[in-house]
This record gives sequence, C-alpha cells and structure tokens, in this order.
Amino acid sequence: MYRKYFPVLAIFIVLALVLTACGSTEQPAGDEPAEAVSVEEDILGRVLDRGKVVCGGRTDLAGFGMLDENGRNLGFDIDFCRAVAAAVFGDPEAVEVVPLTAADRGPVLQTAEVDILSRNVTWTSSRDAQWGNFTNVMFYDGQGFMIRKDSGITSTDEFDGATVCVTSGTTTEQNLSDFFRQNGMEYEAVIFEETAAVYNAYEDGRCDVTTSDKSQLASVRSGFANPDDHIILDITISKEPLTPAVPHGDDTWFDIVKIVSFALINAEELGVTQANVEEMKSSDNINVLRLLGEEGDWGYTDLGLDPDALANAISAVGNYGEVYDRYMGPNGISFTLPRGPNYNWYDGGLIYAPPIK
Amino acid sequence: MPHPFYKWKQVMTNNQPLISSKANIPFYRDERVLKIFAQILSVVLVAGILIWAIINFFKAADARNMTLTFGFLKESAGFPISNPPIDYAPVMSFSRAFLVGLVNTLLVSGLGIIFATIFGTLIALARLSSNWLLSRIALVFIEFHRNIPLLVLLFIWYFVVFGMAPQVKESLKWPGPIFVNKRGIYIAWPRLTETGGIFMILVAIGFLVSFIVFIMLRKRRKITGKDTYYLPASLGLLIIFFLFGLLLSGGTPFQMDIPYFEGNNFRGGMRLTPEFAGMFLSLSLYTAAFIAEVVRGGIQAVDKGQIEAARAVGLSQIQVLSFVIMPQALRIIIPPMISQYLNLTKNSSLALAIGFQEVFAVGKIAINQAGRAVPVFALIMLTYLSLSLLTSFILNIYNRRIQFVIR
Repeated sequence: MYRKYFPVLAIFIVLALVLTACGSTEQPAGDEPAEAVSVEEDILGRVLDRGKVVCGGRTDLAGFGMLDENGRNLGFDIDFCRAVAAAVFGDPEAVEVVPLTAADRGPVLQTAEVDILSRNVTWTSSRDAQWGNFTNVMFYDGQGFMIRKDSGITSTDEFDGATVCVTSGTTTEQNLSDFFRQNGMEYEAVIFEETAAVYNAYEDGRCDVTTSDKSQLASVRSGFANPDDHIILDITISKEPLTPAVPHGDDTWFDIVKIVSFALINAEELGVTQANVEEMKSSDNINVLRLLGEEGDWGYTDLGLDPDALANAISAVGNYGEVYDRYMGPNGISFTLPRGPNYNWYDGGLIYAPPIK
Repeated sequence: MPHPFYKWKQVMTNNQPLISSKANIPFYRDERVLKIFAQILSVVLVAGILIWAIINFFKAADARNMTLTFGFLKESAGFPISNPPIDYAPVMSFSRAFLVGLVNTLLVSGLGIIFATIFGTLIALARLSSNWLLSRIALVFIEFHRNIPLLVLLFIWYFVVFGMAPQVKESLKWPGPIFVNKRGIYIAWPRLTETGGIFMILVAIGFLVSFIVFIMLRKRRKITGKDTYYLPASLGLLIIFFLFGLLLSGGTPFQMDIPYFEGNNFRGGMRLTPEFAGMFLSLSLYTAAFIAEVVRGGIQAVDKGQIEAARAVGLSQIQVLSFVIMPQALRIIIPPMISQYLNLTKNSSLALAIGFQEVFAVGKIAINQAGRAVPVFALIMLTYLSLSLLTSFILNIYNRRIQFVIR
C-alpha cells in the first residue's frame, strides 16, 4: 500500500521541505527585514524595443479606465499612459492597456509585467516598499460611503449592524474594518473580487452600504439605473492619493514617467493647452519655452528623449486640467465631480509639481 | 515433417550455444547496461530540471525583492471576512484568516460531497427508471448541469435565483418563523440553554452505549443463533438516556432562537447566506450530474444475468438493488467517484466570484494586503494538495475493502 503512494508522498514531502527551508533559512529570528536586494531592470530598453508602453489599467470604471464604442481605451488613468507614450515615441497610440483587478495589480507590478501601473492605485508606504516606485499623486481622493435613499440611514451613526459591499484587495477593505472598529459598531462585509460584482450586489439590495474612493462611487452611481436613489454621504474616512507607479529597478524610466506627470501639471499652471502647444513654442514666457524644449535642457539629454517630448505629451492628451475636465468636468464624458483638492495649487488645490527646468 | 531449420537449431544448441558468453557483447549493446543507463539519465534530467527551476525561482524572487518568509502569517490581517464560521476579527492574524477560509472550504465541500452523492445516486436511479417521464427529467437535469460551466451556474444561482428574493424590509415570511430576503434565509433554530450541556452529554453517552449494545447483541445472535432482540434493546436504552437527560436539564435543554428585525438587518436564528447557499447548491448540483453518470455506468456494467438470476430466486426490487447490483456496481463506481470528490473540493475555489470566502479567496486578499504572492500561493497549493491526498487516501482504503478478494 505504501509503495503505491510513494511517488505522491515523495512529491508532497519535497514540496513541504522546500517550503520549510525557505521559511527557516531566510527568517533567522522573528521578523527581521529581508535583506534588501537592489533590482536591475531595463524597462526603458524593453519599452523602446517593443515600440509601445504596456500600461496596467482597467476597463470597468467610467472616468478612470473604460472603453469607448469602438473599443478604444480611454479615461483619466489611461490618458496618463498615453502622455508617456507620446513623450517616448511621439505617438499616444503606442500603448497596450492590460486590464487588471484590484487584487492582481500588486503582483503584476512587482514582477514588472507592466511598464506603468495607472489604475487608481492608492500610494501607501507598504506598497511603495513592496510593489514598485510611486511617481506623483495625480488624484487626491478619500474613502466615502454610498447608501440607498430608501434605507432610512442618514449618517454613519446609524451604521451599526449594516451590511457593506466592498472590493477585495483594496485599502478600502482595511479602512472599512478600521472605521467600524474605531466607532465600536458591528457590520457584515460582503466581499467580491470584481468591481462590477460589488456594485451589482449593492444595487440589487444585498447590502445597505457600499464603500470605496469617492471618485469611484460617483463614477459607479452615474452608471446606475436610477442614480438619484443613491446618496454619497458627506463623510470622508481616509486619504487615498491615487498615483501611477512603475516597477522597481529602472531609475531612468521612473524619472521619465515622473517628469511627464510634472509636465502635465506645469502646463496647466502655465496656460499651455492641447490646442495652443504649437503657438506657445514662440511664447515670451521663459518657463513655457523650457517646458516645450525650446530653451535650455529640462533633462532630455540625460534621459535620452527628444527636446519636444513633453510638448508631444501635452499635445497628445492636454494639460492636467484638460484631462480632468474631459472625463469628470462640468461637461465631462463620464460624470461631473467637483475638482476640490484636485485643483492646481494656483487655484487653491493640492495638485503641485516641481518646475520643469 | 519438421522444418529443416529445426534440426539445425537443435544441433547448434546442443553442441555450442549461439550466445556463448557475455564477453562477446560490447556494453553499449548489452540490454541490461543500457536499461540502467537510461534510468540514470532520466533521473539526472528530471532532477536537473527541478533543481534548475527551484534555483531560478529563488534567484528571480530574490532579485525582485519578493520575500519568501512566512513570518507575515503572525501579523494582523486587517481585512474583514464575510460571515466567518469561526470567531474572526480583522485584528487577528493572517493565519487565523487562512483558517477561517479553510473551515469555509471544508464546510462547503464536505456538505457538497454528501449532498452530491445522495442526490447524484437518486438521479442515476431515476435515469435508469422504466418510467419515461422520470427518466427524461433526470436526463435533462444531467445534460443541463454537465454542459454548462460551473461559473455560469454559480452566477445563475447567486445573482438570478437569490437575486429574486425580496428586499430586507419586505421579507417573505413563510409559515413558521422562516424569513427569506436578499440577505439570506433565516430559520428559527434551537439553541442550547445553560442546562443544555448536560442533556447533550447524556444523549451522546446514550448513543455510544446503545451502539455498543447493538453490536454485541447482534454478534451473539450470530454465534448462538437465538434472537437477542438487539434493535428494541438498543433503542430502549437510547430513549432512557434521552429522558434522563431531559429530567436533569429541567425539561428545557433547548430554547428556540427566533429571528427578529432590528436596526438594518435580521438578527438571531440560523442563517443561510446567499453566498454559501449559492455556492453549496451549484457545486453539489453540478457534481451530482457527473456522479449520476458514474453511478449509472456502474449499475449498467453489472451483468444482466445477475439481475435476472436474483429476480428468479424471488428477491424484491429493493433487495436486488441493495444485495446484488450495488455491491458489484460499487467496485466500478468508487474510483471515478474519488475524482469527482476531488473536483468538487477544488472547484470550491471558484467561490470568490460570488463573494463566498473560502481558502482561495482569503489567500488572494492576503496576497494583496501582505504583498506576499509566492508564500501565499505555496500555502494554497499545499492546502489543496493535502485535502486531495487525504480524500483519496480515505476513499482508496474503502475501495480496497469492497474489491473482490482473490483467495
């Protein structure tokens, strides 16, 4: 009898040994931090060889990452990838968007399967340490709650015993449990991996409450059959700085992606728009000339880019404000969300970038 | 007349054999040497590939700074789990969260296996029935469930069937204290009171004692040949223990826990969540369809003559089934049945699509929250491997017991 089982048992034992071995050898005493090994990745080289940028995004969230009627990817997050492609190749279409679920995006960035992760990812310290390099906050968000009007709930004080629908693998999930613990209330979580399933279940009445970043709630509500039946409560329970990230290990690539985001923000500040890029090249504002590569070196020689790389990025997608307004502005394609903290610092918001010079 | 060659061969072998000694054959043509060499070569190749893969994996993981430690299991998980079957809060550790997932997996696959086996067998019998309608209904059931993906079935049960349930505030109230709404099915459930423990202990002892008495008396009947009234005797014992327990617990070992509405939701009672119910139903119905075909195959493989002979000696329909057909069919049924059980257990990992949090769903969350993809996947693999090996081990022992004994 034992003979028959021997091969199976052998595999089992070997697997167990390997696991215990890596458990014991690399973890000498308690939770000593693993030795930091510097990664060497040549992402820029791969991007140039491939001729396009692989962008980890999504196709299921109106405003941020979605498909138009022709199946073309667009959205606030996707446009950022296009800006990078335009800066590197001069072509905003040199982008391949890989749709990812919330739970998949971390490992995918860790293993450098995408060049940029631009999929409303919240920047946190542990993600920065584990996943990759976070570039520059592109959207200041916070977690909120959405409830149905007929539920009779008017504030979070009445949440005790509520059923809450939430997406797995998000910061939202943790904030939710912290919030209820802090306030000494009980709740029942209903957890799905697919964003669509979460809001289906909520709209269907499986949950009293759903929770996510407020921008996402606004986006989802706009897609409901009766948006007016749902209210987004005024309370914000967390900081969610949504930030594009790149894999660890390629400083040049990290710099390029960061500088493209700086350029979009600076362009809004300097009044450079998608429409007037060309005429602004003969502007009398020195900062505009520097941004558009007409005067001085903003770093392009060291990064191996063309002087007008940033101008290309701006002419491809427009400046930060234009991208925002295209999807979420007063006449946005997707829905209208007041810019609030996402105004340029000039206008009293938090959107701020180092100068291009 | 013998072939001329025959004579020649005989002469040759008698005088000097064709193959005189080993020395004549070079080692590279010696079959025994070549066999050993092939063995060594294949072992080296397989082991080499394995070792290369493992080393490569460790190198790559190291280069990407993906730590392969299991220390994170002790950290607090921080994420909620819906309706944990055992005590769980987000402050507890990742290993606890994993355990919650494991209990959920065991719960849904254990119950699923039991239900699928019973239901599948019934469907198989219906399929073989001479009643045209019954047999067609079974056929439709089997073909429907065998030919659509399990994931689709899950969505049908979870989003369509349970989606039709009314909102919480418009709950259906069925006769008796049963409430049905989108949050689940709430049933009044007897809960143990303070004195209930004594009652349960006495009933348990009663079961044990009457079982032993049952076995002993039945054995005596076999030996002595006289009736020992083993059935009434053991049943009587059980009733005595039951009454005694009732007396000691003051007459109220249980109290009905009736569900009631408070705040936003129903509380109390026994609750079946739509996630669990959807998972359990689709998993067991899906597997039942396969089991039905396995059972049908086993039954039909029993020689027709056996059945005719059994009928000829005057056995009833039920007796033919339980004493002649089933014992022989089981030998054929059990091995493919093991695969079905393993499939059911592994298929339970689809549950994350409808928000039922078994071990795979919890693992995927842990990957994200702890950022430790490799150790978590190793843990998931190990879990399913152990479950599968355990299931097939137990069933193989049973399988060996029911096979023909060759004397």
